[in-house]
Amino acid sequence: MMGMKSDIKLIDDNGLRIDGRLPNQLRPIKMEVGVVKRANGSAYIEWGGNKIMAAVYGPREAYPKHVQESDRAIIRARYNMAAFSVDERKRPGPDRRSVELSKVISEALTSVVFVEKFPRTAIDVYIEVLQADAGTRVAGITAASLALAHAGIPMRDLVVGCAAGKVDGVVVLDLNKEEDNFGEADVPMAILPRTGEIALLQMDGDLTYDELTNAMEMAMDAAREIYKMEIETLKSAYRGDDNDN
Amino acid sequence: MEEEKKIRKIVVPGEEIDMEGKPGRGVFTENGKLYSSYLGIVESRSGYVNVIPLSGCYIPKKGDKVIGKIVDLAPMNWVVDINAPYYAPLHVNDVPWRVEFGDTGRFLSIGDVILAKVSNVNEMGQVWITLKEQGLRKLEGGHIIQISPSKVPRVIGKSGSMIQMLKDYTNCRIYVGQNGVIWISGSPEGMIKVIKAIRMIEKEAHTFGLTDRIKEFLERGDE
Repeated sequence: MMGMKSDIKLIDDNGLRIDGRLPNQLRPIKMEVGVVKRANGSAYIEWGGNKIMAAVYGPREAYPKHVQESDRAIIRARYNMAAFSVDERKRPGPDRRSVELSKVISEALTSVVFVEKFPRTAIDVYIEVLQADAGTRVAGITAASLALAHAGIPMRDLVVGCAAGKVDGVVVLDLNKEEDNFGEADVPMAILPRTGEIALLQMDGDLTYDELTNAMEMAMDAAREIYKMEIETLKSAYRGDDNDN
Repeated sequence: MEEEKKIRKIVVPGEEIDMEGKPGRGVFTENGKLYSSYLGIVESRSGYVNVIPLSGCYIPKKGDKVIGKIVDLAPMNWVVDINAPYYAPLHVNDVPWRVEFGDTGRFLSIGDVILAKVSNVNEMGQVWITLKEQGLRKLEGGHIIQISPSKVPRVIGKSGSMIQMLKDYTNCRIYVGQNGVIWISGSPEGMIKVIKAIRMIEKEAHTFGLTDRIKEFLERGDE
């Protein structure tokens, strides 16, 4: 739907966006860990209109046997959108898009987990999109990284997902649904905030080199903010216990 | 363990640890700086900086006593779930009985619980366990609960103080496996009390003065 022609004005005369945000402003984000009791680790994230649940199982012996790697763990992420997550009912089950996203998310997460500590095992990461509002893959990665940390899986760093894009000729951060549908480009990224490395970079639409650099720069800055939220979420989950006494 | 001088600071994966020392467990170095690889608690001990994870699975170590459940039978071995990423085979040569080929089911069958020792672990993660040692046996009756393996030291306490206290107050028999599986046997009231106390330890494992609070809980006796 990218680049669809429309009369909608996505940026008003004051330079504000359709939902009143500045070009470099994120949507409100809420995170929580430990929401699925039977999983080894879990997280729930609300990112603007997105509502996403992530659960981690494992490391456990990988089956079928031929998928095992003798020197490391494999990470199997499954990105799935609920049938009711979008306006028009989505046909349930994996489709072209979710298979691709599952693959790139698995790869992004593999780059931070110390997979070599668990040979022959699989770490299953389930990402369920309950409500979608653009930017689900980056919100999903963020939730998945929280769930992995909560599951006690050793990692080099937390992962932060963040998207930037171009709308009405302006480079903006964290596109919402209208901007995603009628804007010009969307650049989802997964960032390792400690080193500033990039674990995932995709681009849908066209950007010039300068615009892309600008968008990435913006996402990087926002990632630091989201990183702080991640740390706070993980730490307060345990600090809360202290206050209960 | 709890009285030792240390800072109960919670760190997240990839967080820099601003402490002097050699990298120990749960810590990695990059450009000479220490970073945590777990969501856990920082601890400094004899020159090493360690991070004790707050959750996670059990990684078998040679010599650990573990409680496992038989999940499968084979002619020459049993397959035991020890709550690790991998199942552990128990070979007929590693049990104190003389087992005929194919007769494994007569001694231990699926669902039985054993107290075993990890006899060997290799770099591929394969684990072997044994029952051929004093005190290792099949556990009959009782009740089993699971906790996070990283919290086992807190349940045992400094040189067994915590576990001894639980036993003294409730007259229960308790075995704590290094894999976080705990076997309890005793009167129903006692078992319920032990389970409540262990859940409390699990929840408050990262706080100070835990032994006193558990003692208080056991003395109150009404809950």
